[in-house]
Amino acid sequence: MGAVGDDIGDVSDYELTHHVRQALKSVFEGDTDEYDQLIGNMHHTERLVPDEVAMLVTILRALSGAVSFIDIVHHRSLLSSICAMRFWNYGPDVMDALMELVVTLATSNGKYVDLCLDMLVSNFIPPFNFLEILKQPRGLAKKDQVLARVHAALKGIADLVPLAPSRLEQIVRERVPNVYAKEAQIVVYVENMLMLESGDMGEFVGNSMIFELMNRLIDLDVEIGWDEVLMDDPNNKGIFLMELEDLARTDETEMDMDEPQIEYTGRKVLWGNVVAQKLDTLMELAFDHLQSCFKNGRLPQVFEALLQSFQSTVLNAYKSKFAQFVMFYACSLDPEDCGTQFVSRLLEIFKSTVYPQDWRMSAVAYLASYLSRAKFLSTSYVTIILESLVDWCYKYSKNQSGEINLKNHRVFYAACQALMYVLCFRMRSILATPRLKSQLVNMPLEKIFKHALNPLEVCLPSIVEEFLRQAKAAHLFTVSYGAFLFEHLFESELSRAFGGFQRLDVFFPFDPYLLKKSDRFIRPNFIYWSMVRTTYDDDEDDDDDDDDDDVEDDEFDMNLSKMSITPKDSFMFGNLQDRKMQMPSRIRPSTSPESL
Amino acid sequence: MEGLKVSEADLLVYLHPSKSKNVSQAIYNELSSMLFKYNETFDGVLLAYSASTNDELAKILPGLHPCFGVRLKAQLLLFDPKPNMILEGKVVKLGAQSIHVVVLGFSSATIIDEDIREEFDYKVKHGKELFASSVNKRHKIEIETVVRFVVKSFDEETLHLSGSLLQPNTGNVNWLDKYAEEDLVESNTKKRRDYQTADHSKRTTDDDRFKKSKKHKSSHS
Repeated sequence: MGAVGDDIGDVSDYELTHHVRQALKSVFEGDTDEYDQLIGNMHHTERLVPDEVAMLVTILRALSGAVSFIDIVHHRSLLSSICAMRFWNYGPDVMDALMELVVTLATSNGKYVDLCLDMLVSNFIPPFNFLEILKQPRGLAKKDQVLARVHAALKGIADLVPLAPSRLEQIVRERVPNVYAKEAQIVVYVENMLMLESGDMGEFVGNSMIFELMNRLIDLDVEIGWDEVLMDDPNNKGIFLMELEDLARTDETEMDMDEPQIEYTGRKVLWGNVVAQKLDTLMELAFDHLQSCFKNGRLPQVFEALLQSFQSTVLNAYKSKFAQFVMFYACSLDPEDCGTQFVSRLLEIFKSTVYPQDWRMSAVAYLASYLSRAKFLSTSYVTIILESLVDWCYKYSKNQSGEINLKNHRVFYAACQALMYVLCFRMRSILATPRLKSQLVNMPLEKIFKHALNPLEVCLPSIVEEFLRQAKAAHLFTVSYGAFLFEHLFESELSRAFGGFQRLDVFFPFDPYLLKKSDRFIRPNFIYWSMVRTTYDDDEDDDDDDDDDDVEDDEFDMNLSKMSITPKDSFMFGNLQDRKMQMPSRIRPSTSPESL
Repeated sequence: MEGLKVSEADLLVYLHPSKSKNVSQAIYNELSSMLFKYNETFDGVLLAYSASTNDELAKILPGLHPCFGVRLKAQLLLFDPKPNMILEGKVVKLGAQSIHVVVLGFSSATIIDEDIREEFDYKVKHGKELFASSVNKRHKIEIETVVRFVVKSFDEETLHLSGSLLQPNTGNVNWLDKYAEEDLVESNTKKRRDYQTADHSKRTTDDDRFKKSKKHKSSHS
C-alpha cells in the first residue's frame, strides 16, 4: 500500500468521518475547498493505482458515516457524482464501499430512495465497453460480482425502507431498454428483472417483473411483421399453404431464392432478423427461468402472474407470433395445474359475454391451437374440453335461426373452426379409444355443422376440407357426405370476408415455433402436423411416427417425407391441387429467423 | 403511540362507465389505490378503510366519459405523524452514526447520532451492535428492539420519518414500560413522602384557614 494508504492507516474511522462531516458542513458557509477535493477524488475511474483505490474506498466509507450531513441542494454535485459511479468500473473493494454508501444514503432520508434505486438499476446494464466481453469468462465473472452487489444493495434498502420495492418496481419498468437497444443490453437487463423476480423481493416486485417481461416479448414480437407481401396478394389464401416444419428444414440457400423474399429490401430483412434474434434470446431466458421456477416449486405462483399478463397483453395483441409460447412452455412443465388453469381461463373468456368478441375469438383460437399442439395433453382431457365447446356451439345454434351472418355470429364461427381444427389433429386418437369414441359420436356435431348458420361455408376452407376428409374416413357422420359438399369451397367469398387477413380465422397461436435457440424447449412437447395420424392414413406408417421426444433432424426429415401432406415445392404459392391437401400450419412472419 | 386516527368520511368516488358492472369492486380498487400514500384531503396516510354505499343512485357526470359519482360513507384509519409526536417502531439497522427504525411495518425512520441523547453509548458486544445507556444498565437498544422516539419531521412524499431520542421518555419500549415505571413510582413515592413531611405545617394552616372560613360562613348563616 502506498503513502496515502499509510496515512489513512493512522487516522481512525471516527476522525475520518469527522473530517468529511466538516467538509460537508463548510459548504453551507461557502467554503468548498475540501468538499471539491473530495469530489475530485471520486472522479478517477480509469485504471486506478492501489493508492487511488485505497483513497476512494476511504472516502466512500467516510461518506457513509456522514450521510446525514448531505444536503440535497447544497451537495448536489456530490450526489450526482455518487450516482454517476458505475460498479462495473471498479474492483471488489470499491464496489463494497459504494454499495454500503448507497444503502446508507438511501435510508438516511426519504428523498434519496429514488435516487439510489435509480443508480442501482442503471447498473443493471454494463457500460458499452463491457458489452463485448460480457460473454467471455472475464466478463461473466465481473457480471456476477457486480450484480450480486447491486441486488444485495437493493435488498438492503428494501429491508430498511419497506416501501422501496414499490418504487423499485416503477423504476425498473421505466428503465427497461426499448426494442432498439443492443441485444446484450436487453438480455442483461431482463436477467436482472428475473433475478429480482426470483429473489427475496420477488414477493413484492415479482408479478410486475413477469408483466414487464411479457410486455417486452410482445413489443419485440410485433416488431417482426407478418409477411406483408403475402397479405397484399389478392390470392391471399396462399398464406395458408406453408407447412413450416418443412420450411424450417429447407436450407438457407433455398430460402433466399424464394419469391417473396426478393420483395424485401435488405434493410427490412435485417431489422426483422435482429429483432428475432433478440426475441429468441429473451424467450430462452424466460423458458430457463420458468424451468428453474418449476424446480423450486414456484411455478404455480409465477404462472398466476403469467396468466394475468397473458390475458391483458398477449391475448389481445394482434396475432402475436412467439410470446404466447411462454404460456405453452409453462403448461408443458405442469399440465395438471398450469395447463388446466390456462384452459379454464380460455374457456371462461370464450364463454363469457363480458369480454369483447375479438377477445373471445382469440381465446377460442388459443384453446384450439393449444389442444391440438400440446403433446402432453391426454386424449380424454381433450375430449372433455371438446365436449364443452360442442355443447356451447350446440346451444348457441339452437337459439339461432337466421342465415349466415358473419358479423353477428363471429364467435360461433370461430368456435366451429376451433372444433374442426382440434378434430383434425385428434380425431384418430379419440376414435382409437372406445369410450372416447362413443363420446365423440354422441356429440351433436352434425347438427352444428348443418345448421342454417352454415359454419362449414364460412370457416377456413383448408380446415373444413381436412376435417371432412377425416370425418368421412372415420364415418363420423351418418348422413351422406354429399350434404357437406360446397361447390365454391375454395373461392368462398364468405370465408374470406369472415376473417380475411383482418382477424382470427387464420390465427393459430401455437403453430410451429420458429425461433432457433429457444426451439429446444418447445420441440419435445409439440405436435407437428407431420406427426399427426389422420383417420385416412395408412396403418403402415403408424410405427414410424411414435412420437419420440427430440426427434433428430434426419429422422424428422424422413418422417416428413413419409407423412407430409405438403408437397415440397409448394411452400408459398402452391397450385390449387396442393392446397387442398394441406393444413394451415403457420402464417409466415416476414422474416423468419431461418433466414438468419 | 400517537399519530394514528380514525376518520369518518363522506366520499364521492367517480367511476369510469366501464366499471359499472361491478361497482363495489371498483370502489375498493379506487380506495386501495390510495393506500400507503399521503393524501392531503384525508390529512394523513391511508392505512385501512371500510366503506359502504348508502345510496343506490349515482350521479352521472356529463362529459366525454360520463363517469358516475357514487356516494360513500367510509371509515378511514389514517397515519399522520406530526413533529413532537411520540411513535414506536422496530429497529432494523443500527450503526455508530444512526439507528434505522420501521414504523408500523411500512414507514422508515432514521435517528442520527446527533439526535441520540448522550446517555446512550454505541458499543459492539459479542459482535452485536447496540446502544447502551450509561445511566441504566438494563436500558439497551439493539436490532429488533422496539423503540419509542419523538418525531422531528415527516416527509409526506416518501413517508420517511426523522426521529430523535433526546427526550428522557424515549428509548427501548420494554424498558420504559417496565423499569421506568418502577423508577417513576419509586421516585414519586419518595417525592410524595418528602413533600408530605416538608409541607405538613403549610397544609395544616391551609386546612385551618378553610375550617375557619367555613366557620365564618356558618356563623354568617
